[in-house]
Amino acid sequence: MEFRTYLVRRLLLLIPVLIGVTFLIFLLLHFFSPAQRAMLYVHSPQQMRNLDEIIAKYGLNAPIWKQYWTWLVQVFHGNLGWSQVVGMPVTSAIASFLPATLELAIFATPLIIFLGIFMGTKAAANKDRFVDHITRVGAIVGWSLPTFWLGLMLLMIFYGFFSGFLPPERLGNAMSAVVHSSSFIRYTGLNFLDGILNWRWDVTIDALRHLVLPVVTLTVVNTAFIMRLMRSSMLETLGKGYVLTARAKGLPESIVINKHARRNAMIPILTISGYLFASIVNGVVITESIFNYKGLGWWAWEAAVNIDIPSLLAFALFSAILFVVTNLVVDLLYVRLDPRVRLGASEQ
Amino acid sequence: MTSLAFFLHNLKKNPLSIVGFIVIFCFIIIAIFAPLIAPTPARQFNPYMIPRTGYAPIPTPPSLAHIFGTTEGQYDIFYGVIWGTRTAFIIGLSVISSILIIGLTLGSISGYFGGLIDEIIMRITDIFMAFPTLILAMAVTIALGPSIKTIMIALITVSWPPYARLVRGDILSVREEDFVKASRGVGASHLRIIVRHILPNSIYPVLIMASLDIGAIVLSASALSFLGLGVPEGYADWGQMISFSRNWIVGTAGNPFAYWYTVAIPGIFIFFFVLGWNLLGDAFRDILDPRLSRR
Repeated sequence: MEFRTYLVRRLLLLIPVLIGVTFLIFLLLHFFSPAQRAMLYVHSPQQMRNLDEIIAKYGLNAPIWKQYWTWLVQVFHGNLGWSQVVGMPVTSAIASFLPATLELAIFATPLIIFLGIFMGTKAAANKDRFVDHITRVGAIVGWSLPTFWLGLMLLMIFYGFFSGFLPPERLGNAMSAVVHSSSFIRYTGLNFLDGILNWRWDVTIDALRHLVLPVVTLTVVNTAFIMRLMRSSMLETLGKGYVLTARAKGLPESIVINKHARRNAMIPILTISGYLFASIVNGVVITESIFNYKGLGWWAWEAAVNIDIPSLLAFALFSAILFVVTNLVVDLLYVRLDPRVRLGASEQ
Repeated sequence: MTSLAFFLHNLKKNPLSIVGFIVIFCFIIIAIFAPLIAPTPARQFNPYMIPRTGYAPIPTPPSLAHIFGTTEGQYDIFYGVIWGTRTAFIIGLSVISSILIIGLTLGSISGYFGGLIDEIIMRITDIFMAFPTLILAMAVTIALGPSIKTIMIALITVSWPPYARLVRGDILSVREEDFVKASRGVGASHLRIIVRHILPNSIYPVLIMASLDIGAIVLSASALSFLGLGVPEGYADWGQMISFSRNWIVGTAGNPFAYWYTVAIPGIFIFFFVLGWNLLGDAFRDILDPRLSRR
C-alpha cells in the first residue's frame, strides 16, 4: 500500500470515531434536565431570562437523534455555549486559556522526553549496577506518587517554607498589572515569551518562577513512565545481533549505545507518545487546579466542580480531537521513521 | 505444586516484590481489622463516614484523642485513613474485576467471531480510547452525581477498552491453533471453546495488565475525589482527605509546616498503597511473562 492511500484510509477512519466521540458526549448530557442543557445554546447572559423559549427553540424535549443533529450543527458553527464559571462564550474561553496551558506544556514535554530517554538509557547501559538500581527505584516511586500530593508537598516547601520563593498562579500581582496594561502587547499570550518580545525581562523572570513547580509536578510522574519504557526497550535492543557486531568490531561503548542501540530503542517511545499526550492532559487538569494556574485544565476543573456542563463538554471534545489527531500523526511518523513497518496486510 | 514452587523461587530473587507483598499484606490487615483499629462511634450509622468533633475550620495537631490530628472541619485523620484503606480496596478490586469481565467478554466475542461484530466492538473501543481518561471520568462523575458508585462507574467506563483489545489480540493468535480446530471438529460449542480452550491460553497477559493497573486505578479514584468530584463530603477516602488540606498548605508565621499532618498522612497512605500494587504487578509480570524473565 502506498503512503497516500494509507493516509486517506486513516483520515476516513477518523470520521466514525469523531461521530462516536461527539455522540458519547451528547449521551452524557442527557443525564441533565432540559433547563440545564439549554446553557449549551446560550451565548450571552441576557438570553438566560428566557430559558423556556430556548428549550422550545432548540427542541430540548425532542428525540435524542434530532437533538444530536441540532447540537452538532451548532458545534460546526463554532457555538459551544456559554461558560458560566468564567462568564464568556466557551470558544473565547478556550482561546484565552490555551496559551497558559501551552506555556506549561512547552516546558514540561521536552523535559519529560529528554530526561526519560537519558535516564532510561543510562540505567540499561549499566544494568544491575548502582545507577540502574537507583533509576529503577526512582521510576517506580515516581510512578506511584499521586500528582496532586506531590504538588501540594512542593508548595508546602517552596512556597511555605521558603516564604513565597516559588509561588502558585501564573504571575505575581505587580507583573500581572504590567501584562494587563495597555503598553504591554500580548503577541502570543505566553507570558515568558511576551516578556522577551516587549523587552520586559522582569515579566519573563516572574513567569518562569511561577512555572517551576507546575512543570516539576507534571514532569515527575511522566518521566518515570518514559524512563521505565526506555530502559526495557534499550535492554531488548542491546541484546540484538547488530549491537553484538558493533561491539565485536571494537567500537567504543559510547558509540554502540548512542549511535546503534538508542536510536532503535526510541521507536517504542514514539509509539506511546499518544499515550503520553493523554497523560499530560490528565496531569494538566490536576496540576493547574493545585497551583491555581489559570489554563485550560484549571477551567475544566472549575467547570466540573460548579457543574458548568458546556465548558466541561467542550474541554472533553477539544482534548479528544487533539488526542485523536496526535495518535494519527504519531502513526504516520512511525511509518515514515521505521522502514520495516509495512502499511497494512495488502502490501504482500 | 511445582508451579507454585517456581513462583515462590522467582519471587525470592526479586527483593522489591517482597516489599510489595509486605506492604499490601499490611493494608489487607488494616482493612480487615478497621472496626477494631478505629472503632466507629456508637451513635454513628455509616462506618464509612468520618466522625467529626465540631465544625471549626482550623485543623488540630496530633494529640491523644486524635493521634493523627484532625482536618479542617474537625474530621479525625486516623479514622479516615484506616477506613479509607477499605474504600481503596473496594474501589480498586471492584473496578478491576468489572473491567476484567467486560474486557474478557467483549474481547473474546470480538476476536473469536471476527467480521462485522469485531469491527463494531473495535470501533467502540476507539471512541472510548479517544478521551484522556481523567477527562472522560470527570464528565461521567458530573453526569451521575457524587457517590462512591459513580467513581467506580466512571473508572470502569474509561479503563475497559485496552483490556478488550488485548484479549482480542490474544484470541486472534490462538484461534487458529490445532487444539482449537480439534475441539471445533468434535462439535464443542462456541462458549465451551472460548471458556475452556482459548481463554486459559491467553489470560496471563490480561492478568499481568490488571495487577499493574490496580495502583493506577486507585490513583485515579483518589485524584477524582481530590478534585471534589468523587465521594460525598466526609466519606473515608484518602483523596478527599488531601483536598481538605488545600487551604492549609502554608503554615503559621514562624512555623511553615504547622499543618503538615493534614497533607502528609493521607498522602503517605495513598503512596504506599499504590507503590505496593505497582511492585506486585512488576513481580507478576517478571514471573508470568517468560519472554521478560529470561533476559
